[in-house]
Formats: sequence, structure tokens, C-alpha cells
Amino acid sequence: MTYQFTVSPDFSPAHIAGWHIFNTWLQKQLSEAIHFEMYDSFDAQRQAINEGKVDLIYANPYDAAMLVRDKGFTALAKPIDKPDEAMVVVNSDSKITTIEELQAGINVAYTDDPDVQMMGMIMLEPADLNTSNITMTPCDSYILVAKQLLQGTCDVGFFLEESFHDLSKMVKQQLRSLVTSQIYIIQHSLLLGPAFAERQDEISQILLSMTNDEKGKGVLESMGIKAWEHLEQEDVEFMIDLMSTLVE
Amino acid sequence: MQDMNPKDVKGEFRELTVQYFDGSKRTILVNDVEVLYPEGRLIVSRTDKDGVITHVNKSFIEMSGYSEQELVGVPHHILRHPDMPPAAFKGLWDTVHSGKRWQGYVKNLRKDGAYYWVYATVVANIRNGEVTGYTSVRRKPSRKKVQECAALYPTLF
Ligand SMILES: Cc1cc2nc3c(=O)[nH]c(=O)nc-3n(C[C@H](O)[C@H](O)[C@H](O)COP(=O)(O)O)c2cc1C
Repeated sequence: MTYQFTVSPDFSPAHIAGWHIFNTWLQKQLSEAIHFEMYDSFDAQRQAINEGKVDLIYANPYDAAMLVRDKGFTALAKPIDKPDEAMVVVNSDSKITTIEELQAGINVAYTDDPDVQMMGMIMLEPADLNTSNITMTPCDSYILVAKQLLQGTCDVGFFLEESFHDLSKMVKQQLRSLVTSQIYIIQHSLLLGPAFAERQDEISQILLSMTNDEKGKGVLESMGIKAWEHLEQEDVEFMIDLMSTLVE
Repeated sequence: MQDMNPKDVKGEFRELTVQYFDGSKRTILVNDVEVLYPEGRLIVSRTDKDGVITHVNKSFIEMSGYSEQELVGVPHHILRHPDMPPAAFKGLWDTVHSGKRWQGYVKNLRKDGAYYWVYATVVANIRNGEVTGYTSVRRKPSRKKVQECAALYPTLF
């Protein structure tokens, strides 16, 4: 049997190769065939999950509830020091300096990253803004979110903090952050599907020992991850409870 | 639970004795200083089934003014402000006991006698089909909603 591995479609383009290398490396360690499949949208990935086509996933926190509570996935690991934090950003020429100055009717540029969108909307709440009184402009990437702000077609943009920092210096200089979340608990995690569950301990061992040899370290680096950290099932359950207080 | 200590409170304050739902009493000290909710934060706590705090995050500690040691193991009413009508908390408990998520605006009392408004959500933690406790996540409220609640709550006593 070939197992199926996928990563949340919001991976940073710089790390696509890294995930491929990781999959090759994992297959070798486990002596097991694993197919790596990337989906270009969250909807396409969720459909694959529903069809039972995913056995190992680097999951967006937004999908953790469905994966764990509906599909029986279990917690494996999370990257060290890599929480998902969201930023609300304006053009550096904007007159707006605080969230509370934002008015109904503004145009918001965002990507389909579900957790960033959720955190972004929460950070607009203090200004009494919600989907009923603002215009939402979907964008295919964070570069395009930045472009909307630079061109003045949108008033604010939602970014994943990490992706904002990946923008070129020249672009960043023309943008200004109004607020960055400091939530710490919301983050991507590696989850294992029921069909692959019997290898849990083995896979966990392999992941945690990646920093012990040069090759493993190189693989981590190519994914932009310092190290994997053990994740208890209760840690994911806690994050899911937290997410459920925030999701409408 | 310990009474509030005048040494912790700045400026002028009122002293009140409150009685909680469980019958216990505490002397609280209240001034009228508001501390604004910080941007971008979530204040998180968890309780057992009876509302006794089991976990708090860093933002909770910073905003309440208490240390983690002072918070874990005590009932969540340690933050109860006398301006909050009992009906609000009855609504909270009735809602979560019926298996639903509760949301509302809450004025909380800090260790230093000041207060802060939050928009709070409480959900049950369900493990293997059983309620093991509750999680509450607070976020920054809109000023407009805070003003509405500040006008409404005194009418609910
Ligand atoms: C998870 C959770 C979080 C709570 N957070 C607060 C809070 O921040 N402030 C507060 O006054 N009461 C909070 N409560 C409600 C208290 O348990 C309590 O009902 C309330 O303070 C009123 O006190 P009393 O019912 O003991 O009279 C919370 C309850 C739960 C279950």
C-alpha cells in the first residue's frame, strides 16, 4: 500500500522543494512507499481528505478540528517556534494609524489561508467591522495582497506574519503594519491518519531525531523548520477548543 | 480565596464585600481605572467542570495582574467585577451546561482594583464524549459594544 502525504496549501513557495525532500527522506527511514500530493486550494485538499486520500498531513489549524474529531487523525509533531500569527497591514502612505480608525466600507485583501483570515477578522472587530460592512477581495498569494495595497485598490491586507517578512525589502518599505497577533497557540501540525496509525511511535521517533544528524538537519532547513517537537493529542484538542471559540 | 489587599491598589478605592454563588465571601477593592485591552492578543483560560482555573496564558496573567500561582486552583470568580449582573453569569453557566457556546461582554476586576472589558467566548472541552472542563477565550471588544453594555448592565440587577 502506498500512503498519501500532503501539506496545507498555504505552504511558502520557497519550501516546496523542501517538502519533497522530506517525503523522500521519510520513505527511506520507514522503508515505506509514501506519495506526496500537493493541492492548490483548501477545498481541493478537503475533498481529498473526505475521499480518504490523505494519511499524513501538515495541517492548517483551521482544519485540525475536522481531521481530529471527524476523521480520527492523531497528533504527531509540530515545528518548534513557528506559531501562525496574522498581521493587518496598510500602505505606508495611509492616514490610518490604529485599527479603531478603520471605517465601514473598507476593502480588505486576503488569501484563502483560513486561519489567517479568521485572525485578521478578529483583529478588525474592535472597529466594529465584519463581513457585512466591508468588501473582501480574495487574492491568490500574499504578493498579490501586497500589490492591492501598493496600487491603492484595497485599504488593508491580511498577512501571515512569516509571509509578510518574506516579501522583498522594497515592497515591505511601502507597507505598514497596524497590528500583529500574539496568540502563540494557533499553529500548523503534523497529523497522522487512521490507516497509518500503527506506525505512530516509529514516525514520531524519526521526526524527533531529525536534528541528530546532518542529513536530517538539512531536510529541516529546506522546509524552513528548526526542529519537530512532540505533540500530545491533548495539545491538539486544546488548540481545537480554542479555534472553536473563534470560528463563527 | 484571599481578600484583596490595599497595598496592591493604586489611588482611591471603594471596599465591598461580595458573596459568590458557592456561598463564599470576599472583600474586594475597586477603583474606576480602565485598562484597555491590548491589540492582537487573546486572553485564554481553562477551568474544571466547577469553574476552578486549571490553566492561564501569559496575556491572562498580564491583564489580570495576578501571578499564575495565584490563579491556578481558585474559582474563576476571582475576576468578578461588582458591576457585572449575576444574570450574565447565570446565562453563561446555563448555556454551557446545555452544551452550547456562550459569548458575551464582560467587565473584569484586576488585582490592582482597575477593570478591563473583554469579548469572551466559553466552550465545553469534550473528551471521549464527556465534558472535562471549559475553555474561555477573550478578545478585544468594540468600544461601541462596551458602551452599550456599560449602559445596559446596571439595569439588570
Ligand atoms: C471557562 C470560564 C471562564 C470564566 N471567566 C470568567 C471571567 O473572566 N470573569 C468572571 O467574572 N467570570 C468568569 N467566569 C464565570 C465564573 O465562573 C463565575 O460564574 C462568575 O465570576 C460569577 O461568580 P459566582 O457565580 O461564583 O457568583 C468563567 C467561567 C468559565 C466556565
